Amino acid sequence: MKKRQNVTIKGTKEGLVLHLDDSCSYDELKKELDYKLSANSSTQDERHLTSVKVEIGNRYLTEPQREELKELIRQKKNFVVDEIESNVITKDEAEELLAETEVMTVSRIIRSGQVLEVPGDLLLIGDVNPGGTVIAGGNIFIMGTLKGIAHAGCYGNDEAIIAASSMKPSQLRISDCLNSAPDSLQSNEKREMECAYIDENRQIIVDRLQVLIQLRPNLTRLEGGH
Amino acid sequence: MGEAIVITSGKGGVGKTTTSANIGTSLALQGKKVCLVDTDIGLRNLDVVMGLENRIIYDLVDVVEKRCKIHQALVKDKRFDGLLYLLPAAQTVDKSAVKPEQMKELIIELKQDYDYIIIDCPAGIEQGFQNAVAGADKAIVVTTPEASAVRDADRIIGLLEKQPNMESPKLVINRIRNHMVKNGDMLEIDEVTQHLSIELIGIVADDDEVIKASNHGEPIALNPNNKASIAYRNIARRILGESIPLQSLENADKGMFTKIKKFFGVR
Repeated sequence: MKKRQNVTIKGTKEGLVLHLDDSCSYDELKKELDYKLSANSSTQDERHLTSVKVEIGNRYLTEPQREELKELIRQKKNFVVDEIESNVITKDEAEELLAETEVMTVSRIIRSGQVLEVPGDLLLIGDVNPGGTVIAGGNIFIMGTLKGIAHAGCYGNDEAIIAASSMKPSQLRISDCLNSAPDSLQSNEKREMECAYIDENRQIIVDRLQVLIQLRPNLTRLEGGH
Repeated sequence: MGEAIVITSGKGGVGKTTTSANIGTSLALQGKKVCLVDTDIGLRNLDVVMGLENRIIYDLVDVVEKRCKIHQALVKDKRFDGLLYLLPAAQTVDKSAVKPEQMKELIIELKQDYDYIIIDCPAGIEQGFQNAVAGADKAIVVTTPEASAVRDADRIIGLLEKQPNMESPKLVINRIRNHMVKNGDMLEIDEVTQHLSIELIGIVADDDEVIKASNHGEPIALNPNNKASIAYRNIARRILGESIPLQSLENADKGMFTKIKKFFGVR
């Protein structure tokens, strides 16, 4: 009986794809990969590097294992591993991913000295008082008055925006851009329904909420509809 | 079983001690059995405002360290027929002499015998604050209509809201100078309450008489006609939930406000 192949090499339009079976053991896989790549070494001899994609199906590889596989492939051939694609992620990773894309709704007042941090978008029902800080990995929407500090896209997302029913921040931060409130700002000036975003000169601009429809069409999550 | 109310502000000099003394006095005037507790260890002055300084024998730290019984340390206010007592703070040590758990125990013990325990909190948010709030069921935040005081009050409210078993704090706006509010040089009442978003339980106008009274060791609340005195007594009545219903607070405040306006007009 012929043994089922654990490692198959396919050529596609995008380049070589190494498909690694997900039902055998990791050691077995490594052994076969090692053997396959060594066996083929004579056929290709040119010096230039070929990038390959590795598909591992429903197998979960830890970070050291991924490194080990990359190392193995790199040694044997003029291959460079472009990416390792797996169908599975851990629960932690899934939760992290979910949190980053989730809109977290919080109903409270962020008072002086308090810091509220969420990994994804933040919908705050309440005020941010002076001395208070809200930080989000994504966008920040405040249904109330922003009088403190808001930091959107804190992991480096330039597309993030800050919107507030009443925009009187002491400081705005988006990604790594920073914008202090102008000292000349009249305190009685109405700053209602406004948003802040980074423009092409990497400056934080505060404008009417409606400009976002043009500038950040990705804010719309609804697909389809009329 | 009594109720422990901590009077706090964050910022110093806004009138915590004066407010504590006057709310305590007003509650005693209403016939409640009140114990004032000064937790400003090392910087005690509630006894001075109450005029009870000379009669201190033991203090809070003595009680906590079991050098005396609680009743030995309590100073009775002779103006009230056994209704008002003061537990003075120690003066020779500092705030680290007491731990929050010890304060909690102390307050629980006092609650057996008194209707109201009014705890005068020191300024700041450190150990002294932690001690003062440890045993409290309710909190009253005192602020003045100044940006700095309001900012600190905001911080304190944030900390109070994190305390377990603590009701949402109530607000007293103290030392309002009506002419400055009118000129826009001082924050307005509405502005302060909106900013802090907690229930307003009283407003007190700035009055030289208040300072005069504390210098004489007689809380202003003992003066039957003074406007600030009435304001403090109204706060006490609101705490009791009796004469001035809280639901008409807005109107009551407006009423009080016009009263104060009139008062200034008269002057």
